[in-house]
Amino acid sequence: MKRRTLLGSAAALMAVSALPALAQGEKLKVGFIYVGPIGDGGWTYQHDLGRLAIEKEYGDRIETSYIESVPEGADAERALTQLALAGNKLIFATSFGFMDAVQNVAKKFPDVKFEHATGYKRADNVATYDARFYEGRAVIGTIAGLMTKSNKIGYIGSFPIPEVLQGINSAYLAAKKVNPEVEMKVVWAYSWFDPAKEADAAAALFAEGVDVFMQHTDSTAPLAKAAESGAIGFGQASDMANFKPSPRVSSIIDNWEPYYIKRVGAALDGTWKSEGVWLGIGDGEVEIGEITDAVPAEVKAKAEEVRDAIAKGELHPFTGPLKKQDGSDWLAEGETAKDEDLSAMNFYVEGITAQLPK
Amino acid sequence: MLRLEPRASASLGWQIATPVLAVLATMIAGGILFAALGFDPLAAIRTIFWDPLFGTAAGYSRPQLLVKAGPLILIACGLALGFRAGIWNIGAEGQYIIGGICGAAVALATYPNEGIWIFPAMIAAGALGGMAWGLIPALLRNWFGASEILVSLMLVYVAQRITAWMSFGPLKNPEGFGFPGSRNLQQYEPASNPELIAGTGLHWGVVAAGVALIATWFIVSRHILGFHIRTAGAAPRAARFAGVKPSWLVALCLGFSGALAGMAGLFEAAGPGGQITENFGSGYGFTAIIVAFLGRLHPVGILLGGLLLALTYIGGELAQLTMQMPAASVQVFQGMLLFFILGFDILTRFRIRRVR
Amino acid sequence: MIDPLSVFLMLLGAATPILFASLGELVAERAGVLNLGVEGMMICGALAGFAAAHASGSPALGFLAAAVGGTAISLIFAGLSQYLLTNQVATGLALTLFGLGLTAMFGKPYEGTKAPSMPMGPLGLNWMIWLGLIAVPLVWWFLNRSRAGLVLRAVGENHDAAHALGYPVRRIRVLAIAFGGAMAGLGGAYISIATVLQWTEGMTAGAGWIALAIVVFSRWDPRGALAGAWLFGGVTVLQLRLQAAGVSVPVQLLSMAPYLATILVLVLISAQQKFGRSAGGAAPGSLGRPFHALR
Repeated sequence: MKRRTLLGSAAALMAVSALPALAQGEKLKVGFIYVGPIGDGGWTYQHDLGRLAIEKEYGDRIETSYIESVPEGADAERALTQLALAGNKLIFATSFGFMDAVQNVAKKFPDVKFEHATGYKRADNVATYDARFYEGRAVIGTIAGLMTKSNKIGYIGSFPIPEVLQGINSAYLAAKKVNPEVEMKVVWAYSWFDPAKEADAAAALFAEGVDVFMQHTDSTAPLAKAAESGAIGFGQASDMANFKPSPRVSSIIDNWEPYYIKRVGAALDGTWKSEGVWLGIGDGEVEIGEITDAVPAEVKAKAEEVRDAIAKGELHPFTGPLKKQDGSDWLAEGETAKDEDLSAMNFYVEGITAQLPK
Repeated sequence: MLRLEPRASASLGWQIATPVLAVLATMIAGGILFAALGFDPLAAIRTIFWDPLFGTAAGYSRPQLLVKAGPLILIACGLALGFRAGIWNIGAEGQYIIGGICGAAVALATYPNEGIWIFPAMIAAGALGGMAWGLIPALLRNWFGASEILVSLMLVYVAQRITAWMSFGPLKNPEGFGFPGSRNLQQYEPASNPELIAGTGLHWGVVAAGVALIATWFIVSRHILGFHIRTAGAAPRAARFAGVKPSWLVALCLGFSGALAGMAGLFEAAGPGGQITENFGSGYGFTAIIVAFLGRLHPVGILLGGLLLALTYIGGELAQLTMQMPAASVQVFQGMLLFFILGFDILTRFRIRRVR
Repeated sequence: MIDPLSVFLMLLGAATPILFASLGELVAERAGVLNLGVEGMMICGALAGFAAAHASGSPALGFLAAAVGGTAISLIFAGLSQYLLTNQVATGLALTLFGLGLTAMFGKPYEGTKAPSMPMGPLGLNWMIWLGLIAVPLVWWFLNRSRAGLVLRAVGENHDAAHALGYPVRRIRVLAIAFGGAMAGLGGAYISIATVLQWTEGMTAGAGWIALAIVVFSRWDPRGALAGAWLFGGVTVLQLRLQAAGVSVPVQLLSMAPYLATILVLVLISAQQKFGRSAGGAAPGSLGRPFHALR
């Protein structure tokens, strides 16, 4: 009973303050929940950079707070509620696994705006946002295809989910375009973050003759391994600049700053609307880190050409004719993949010989 | 020089005083730590211990204490019985996971049927699953003499691999766009374990924890079984003469604690957690071991110990939120609390004498 | 298709952290102490080692600091379990929690920095791999051939009898725990200095728990610990290699296998013991029991 009155009064308070954007001198409180620690050097770290960016951008007009290392499930729901009760009016939930918790809490706090990363469930006060990591994969896939001498490129996957499959397929297609001989080896670590295992996964790829690899896991262990075996790779999520100029020859950076700045701005001036966005290179959300001199100039030029074409919308990494691995048709000549197909992707494209775990 | 002399029976006065002392000592040591990190120590301790109970948002966080403490208490009750008998089930985490999977599997198999029998069937499946997982170390100990400590611990890892397999394979939500994890049972009404009275945090798992507390109290202090358990723990040979069959006791304790842990898993999967994912086992089974010891294996103590740990979790989140304190500092604080409580326990069991 | 020699060389690296940690825990358990805080000690070693290696530029100094760091935190466990007679299971779990939290806090300044690279030893294997391999016979010799090892085993087998014979049970156990801490620290530092070359909180990712399983698998014998570390490391390496070679493997089922094998080994040795065919390889008699001298 007590909570209801409390929630009621909190909601009433918010309704009053939310209507004329914000009352004079009142700060917008922006909350974040993170699935990992901000010191993970990868996924959560990049989101926290986004938080720091909005603090810098809006200064006194906003106040941010966060709860880190929140397990998915019941704990996430509680953490979100605590953020809402503490007066946060815009809350970013930065992990797919928070999806149902966000939905539950958003129903109880209709006047709080929620932003859920990488999910697919929206509501009037729940927006979703995601990054087209696969666009970045096409760029580094191009580098990989041109750089490999063994014609074997490797990919360390976290879990066989659509986001990762998009990355593998996109990288493979881009590599094959510049090097028809190329072959893709895939190893699943079944973890987003397990340095020792990621190192072993990298070593397993190198032992199979892979000399250029990509990763969709968060630690730098594979790059450290690559340094020993003379292979090259790419930074993932963050720039991983410590391994420049080689083995890290470039990187895919998740840059959430522009989106966070835009959405906080919208919440400040009262124009915030629930929507689902999927932003890529052109929007600055997926960034390609510096391509180092370990890569020949013409390779670098080719990669930048792909990057710029994607940014301008002239090139879509999934353009037909394309077949699925089992030989069935996927995209007709000139057709590009629809977003809803991509976000449920559960197959390899034709040409990849690895088997998708069932 | 100081020397320890065992007390004939644990001192009641110290039994009550030591947890209080330990909490005070933690506040002092924790305060020093927080001050060293540049936080206001008084504010930090108030945020962790006071605000969840009496702060501005206490109307929300008080019920949440029950949600968080419920599974801990339910599991710890079962563990305490065995620990008293010297039977060390440290694999409650695995039994919790298997119970959750079995219960959820029943729900997913019946989806989308309706029926009031579904939820009771899930509870039974959860309890049986946990019990079966707990009986494996019991039988291996009875038949071959294998240490139940080690077998039950190994089975935790096996259970963790099974959840991963289940959430990517057999139990994966067919409408989940290829993402791992089962359907959300909160959205399947006959199988869900919702808040029973809005705003109280009370769900069937919390009710079960209450029942388990009373049952444990009854067994421990009013039932012949409690006597057998105590004798078996204190003097195994004497227990044999008193007619206690050790193998039966091993099976009973491990089976019972497994069943309770399994039920805790099911209530979590159907209620606050909602689904089986790869990370379903979130450490409740291990934390419950600590709760059992904080509570001195006694029901009243377990209740308080469970609530205290829940308080530090929720208070810790508040400290992150309002003071920007890193999650890790809260973990350190919890670790210190456990060290102090375990360490001070010596005062209840021993007398400190000065010897010349 | 897959070259067994290269699998073996990979396995040696993967097995090193868990080999160190399990050798240390093995000695502690032989002295009758069950310390479930291996993960906490490993992560302390990982941070202390990384910090020292980063500051000094010398991996060797890093490993030295890791051993010191692991020992330091293990002494909390030693003090509580040996002097205040706390329950070892609960204290060990608390140690893991504490170690993970403490390192996450104090590791902040080292995030994003890089360790100096490891010098290679013979056969392209770094020196720590060799040191781990050398530690196996040394620990075996200590336990089975040296007088101190004999006393340590006596303490673990029956602490009351050992006490009656005049052995300082508590001191021996504290030393065994400290050794366990040092070895866990080295194992943890192998991950931060040799495998990953960076510090990230929680980077041991459960290796400490695997070390505990290996001790059981080893039947409390260092040679068995080597076999166990190779088995656990080997299964990981092999499934990754098979995947890389394009073979579809049931990863979850495969990664369960070493744990099931450990249970099987435990059952076999216990059965042998129970039915009187062999006395070797059982768990130490006083494992996990607190010792208090009445006199």
